[in-house]
Amino acid sequence: MDYILNIINGIEPRVQMILYIIFGILIVASIISGLISWKFKTEKNSDVLQNLNDRINSWWVMMLVFFTAFFLGSKAIIILFGILSFFCFREYLSIIKTKLADTKVLTTSFFIVLPLQFSFIWQEWYGMMSIFIPVYAFLILPAIAAINGQVDKFLERTSSIQWGLMLSVYCVSCVPALLLLNLKDFDNNALILVFFLIIVQISDVLQYVFGKLFGKHKIAPIVSPSKTVEGFIGGGLSAILIGGLLHWLTPFGFWYAILMSTIIVVMGFLGGLTLSAVKRSIGVKDWGNMIKGHGGVLDRMDSICFAAPIFFHITRYYFSA
Amino acid sequence: MIKQTLFSFAKIFWGITSNSHTLTPIKQKIYFANHSSHLDTITLLTSLPKNLKDVTRPVAAADYWGKNFLTRFISQNILNCVLIHRNKSESADKNPLDVVHKSLDNGFSVIIFPEGTRNYDDELKEFKPGIFHLSKKYPDIEFIPVYLNNLNRSMPKGQFIPVPLICTITFGQPLAIIEGETKENFLKRARQEVINLNPDIKKETK
Repeated sequence: MDYILNIINGIEPRVQMILYIIFGILIVASIISGLISWKFKTEKNSDVLQNLNDRINSWWVMMLVFFTAFFLGSKAIIILFGILSFFCFREYLSIIKTKLADTKVLTTSFFIVLPLQFSFIWQEWYGMMSIFIPVYAFLILPAIAAINGQVDKFLERTSSIQWGLMLSVYCVSCVPALLLLNLKDFDNNALILVFFLIIVQISDVLQYVFGKLFGKHKIAPIVSPSKTVEGFIGGGLSAILIGGLLHWLTPFGFWYAILMSTIIVVMGFLGGLTLSAVKRSIGVKDWGNMIKGHGGVLDRMDSICFAAPIFFHITRYYFSA
Repeated sequence: MIKQTLFSFAKIFWGITSNSHTLTPIKQKIYFANHSSHLDTITLLTSLPKNLKDVTRPVAAADYWGKNFLTRFISQNILNCVLIHRNKSESADKNPLDVVHKSLDNGFSVIIFPEGTRNYDDELKEFKPGIFHLSKKYPDIEFIPVYLNNLNRSMPKGQFIPVPLICTITFGQPLAIIEGETKENFLKRARQEVINLNPDIKKETK
């Protein structure tokens, strides 16, 4: 017992606090959903309840995986996001139906571009991390495709692979890149990463909850039937407020934390919307089925993809030492 | 040991999803699938539950998989393949399917690719008659159609590094054996059963 207490006391107070909050919420959520399933289960709503339970259980797994990496240190976080990036890229390419002629481009992207991008973060090489994909990869990959000599739908093929690299490798890599920042009066960058992920994900969850409870007016019925004005405003504002209240995880202060959370919420929303449009155009509902109740990894990462690079850039620009 | 590592690797690398839980565990089976890459056998085996995996032997072409030490090692020691001679001249005096019969008589399930060779087109090739003869000889064995999706893109011809793409394996209902059916009809029906499992085709007709 003393041993466990010692370990807990050894954790930084801010981290302790955030662990209590997150796992507290998860425990409450599991208890409530368990009670609802036990009391109100009928034939009609069993699917909805099953999905709710699946979602909460998946959150447990995701949180345990993330915090394991968190405690193992920054290298583990970089590896974790490298793996997530791999999963996202794989889901994306599996669904967009690349052509056989692109095989060399795909193997290069998977086995050279993706590991290199994360290795630059590992080496704390900011300059290369920020231009490697937009400059080097985006010029060399189409050249490889051209050398292969297949011109049929060349522009479509190359641009859809590049868009996938941008989203699932470059954008995802901006999350662990937060660890590279050298910030004014702040040394625990992993906490900013936690702050960012909490705001993106809580905004998604709250928009879903507010949408289910009060949603009437659809924002973009053709692109995403589940996004409503009520959900966006209710969920978004609550997430922004939570962001303000969690300002002690960041170097921002209350009002700047509110501003940064607003940017995260808006970008996250746009990410979800844009990737819905991509899914619609292909004719699928989810990117995959790796996370039970949520769909694919990319379904959970879509808002992160859009919010991460902007959050990274603005934090670096205004709060660097 | 090597076998387990290989199967685990395949499972993670291709994120293999399948509906293999719908298969009845006890009955002896002949799986017949579309053939689009070298990865077909290993991914199909990976997707099977352990109790079925242990009693299943893929049928592979001796002229390819028996060619050198490495391919022989993979096909015989790891995948436990039944090697058959596609070429008539090599087996002039006996039926090339004899080795398959022997495995079936010993209680094994087998995996066959009735297209006969790897196929890179979107459309399935006509089926070779072997599966028809098997159905005549073993009417009590379940003939399970299987569709392997995405594998042709993962490792097309001439490519040695596989692309990690999510691979979905769909098992269908056992093929009904109709007494007195002609060879042509049987082969056509079996081929259609495999085509019907293609998830992309289902999407278009919806």
